[in-house]
Amino acid sequence: MSRIEAEVGKPQGGLLKWIDDRFPLTETLEYHVTKYYASKNFNWWFVFGVLAMVVLVIQLVTGIFLTMNYKPAAAEAFASVEYIMRDVEWGWLIRYMHSTGASFFFIVVYLHMFRAMLYGSYKKPRELIWLIGMMIFFVLMAEGFAGYLLPWGQMSYWGAQVIISLFGAIPWVGDALVEIIRGDYSISDITLNRFFALHVIVLPLTLIGLVFVHIVALHEVGSNNPDGIEIKKHKGPDGVPLDGVPFHPHHTSKDLVGIIVFLMIFSGVVFFAPDMGGMFLEHANFEPANMTATPEHIAPVWYYTPYYAILRAVPDKLWGFILFALAVVLPVFLPWLDRSRVRSIRYRGWIYKSALTIFVITFISLGWLGLQPATGTYVLLARVFSVLYFAFFLLMPYYTAIDKTKPVPDRVVYHG
Amino acid sequence: MTEDDLDRNRRHFLTVATVVTGAVGAGMVAIPFISSLKPSARAQALGAPVEVPLSSIQPGEMVRVLWRGKLVFVLRRTKDMLSRLPLVDDELRDPNSEVPQQPEYAANETRSIKPEWLVVEGSCTHLGCAPLQDFDVRPAEGWEGGFFCPCHGSKFDLAGRVFKGVPAPTNLRVPPYRFVRDDLILIGQDTGVA
Repeated sequence: MSRIEAEVGKPQGGLLKWIDDRFPLTETLEYHVTKYYASKNFNWWFVFGVLAMVVLVIQLVTGIFLTMNYKPAAAEAFASVEYIMRDVEWGWLIRYMHSTGASFFFIVVYLHMFRAMLYGSYKKPRELIWLIGMMIFFVLMAEGFAGYLLPWGQMSYWGAQVIISLFGAIPWVGDALVEIIRGDYSISDITLNRFFALHVIVLPLTLIGLVFVHIVALHEVGSNNPDGIEIKKHKGPDGVPLDGVPFHPHHTSKDLVGIIVFLMIFSGVVFFAPDMGGMFLEHANFEPANMTATPEHIAPVWYYTPYYAILRAVPDKLWGFILFALAVVLPVFLPWLDRSRVRSIRYRGWIYKSALTIFVITFISLGWLGLQPATGTYVLLARVFSVLYFAFFLLMPYYTAIDKTKPVPDRVVYHG
Repeated sequence: MTEDDLDRNRRHFLTVATVVTGAVGAGMVAIPFISSLKPSARAQALGAPVEVPLSSIQPGEMVRVLWRGKLVFVLRRTKDMLSRLPLVDDELRDPNSEVPQQPEYAANETRSIKPEWLVVEGSCTHLGCAPLQDFDVRPAEGWEGGFFCPCHGSKFDLAGRVFKGVPAPTNLRVPPYRFVRDDLILIGQDTGVA
């Protein structure tokens, strides 16, 4: 006799029980939320995962509403964005939330990734979480790129021209690949149409799927913490980690504070500086796409500029592409490049601390250089920082192995 | 049937055969989908040749036209411009147009059918930006006039030949074209009679 048959005629436990007999609702909630134990000493670096989810929701909701007025055709796209901005009630707000959300997505994700580098969150047994996370990052880059073409402004057009042409640098298949991406002999109505499909269907679906498995993988092994130790090693008689507290209500209530602060900053930008002085919305993009003239100064949106600076630092088409691609892909290998015995920066030696500091300076400098014209000193600086960027990753197996580490405590500790 | 009766070879063969058949089928189904991404019949038809009347273009002047959505420069070079072309030969990557970036009839020192008329695609061979015209001669910089790409700093001379030490690997592409009359060219087609 099955469980359900046994219950027939005995309505006890109400609706929840009825559902639980047919779908693991309570079980799932407990596993992922109310009985998911995460370290009690999380600091604010651990808020960015949740914030990334918040931005994802903002992008999905505002994106859906934008599609209701946007026209993915070369002849109409630019005007339809203007229409949203001027004639659709609150259209400007929805669009600014979406464009600001794109930049904040990258801010939050870059900080989320930096957290992993601070506390060794990518190290065993969390390598797969890191790999899925990197896939999310790649999809996000593609999503941002496809989305940037949609307003059909000057920067949309020429930015896409440059990035699509990059694939033409691949030997043998390059030209055919570029033609398949564009669907035409140049970037046209056809290209815009398919980028719209990628931006609103293919990539968001992939993104949601990847975020789901990212979290499933995280909850399988458990969250890291600022000490980089395994809280599961010390469990109480009830089987609960002594240093763990349930995600809900403990971490959710703390995250809520983070979400509110985040939304305050986000709203500030949306209302007072939606173009962020040309950083979030580039000035050249307020002009419709013109196939006969490239803007005098062309730069991608800020979140791609570190890689773009590396691309421009190389005076060769193919090698520029190779180093550009390598720069994007290298972080994937962090779990295996990092040979340190400890996870957290708290217990690492001066070598890794210095390397990470130099890396942060390098990344920000490259980002700034990618926004500057490709001339003289800027190119020279970009070359120096490109070398530092690659050195951070390629020398990592060596310097993390010889770095002197401090003893790691058995239980989590509280300090600054 | 017990475990012992199992014909493992047979089962393995059937598994492999099923997987291979399925993979081939999936591959076949992928063909129409991938093909649908290629330029459509309409996109190909829109790539029809364009006529450019030359009579209104003054010496030293350049016009920009679109062919297949691609930018094409038509420059009427002056005698002075033409005389400066050989001066930069040493600084070029491919001064003799050995890389097939042009139809055979343009593989000459001026990269054109008639020396006076330069017809090149206005698409930098690095990453596709439209180079800016910079025709002023500046002896102090050793600049004899040419094109400058604002995106990544590639430079080309007045025959669309690429300089050394810039990211663009090859000369600007010369599209197929022909003279219909002395004052009319057809870009995109170089055979047949108009």
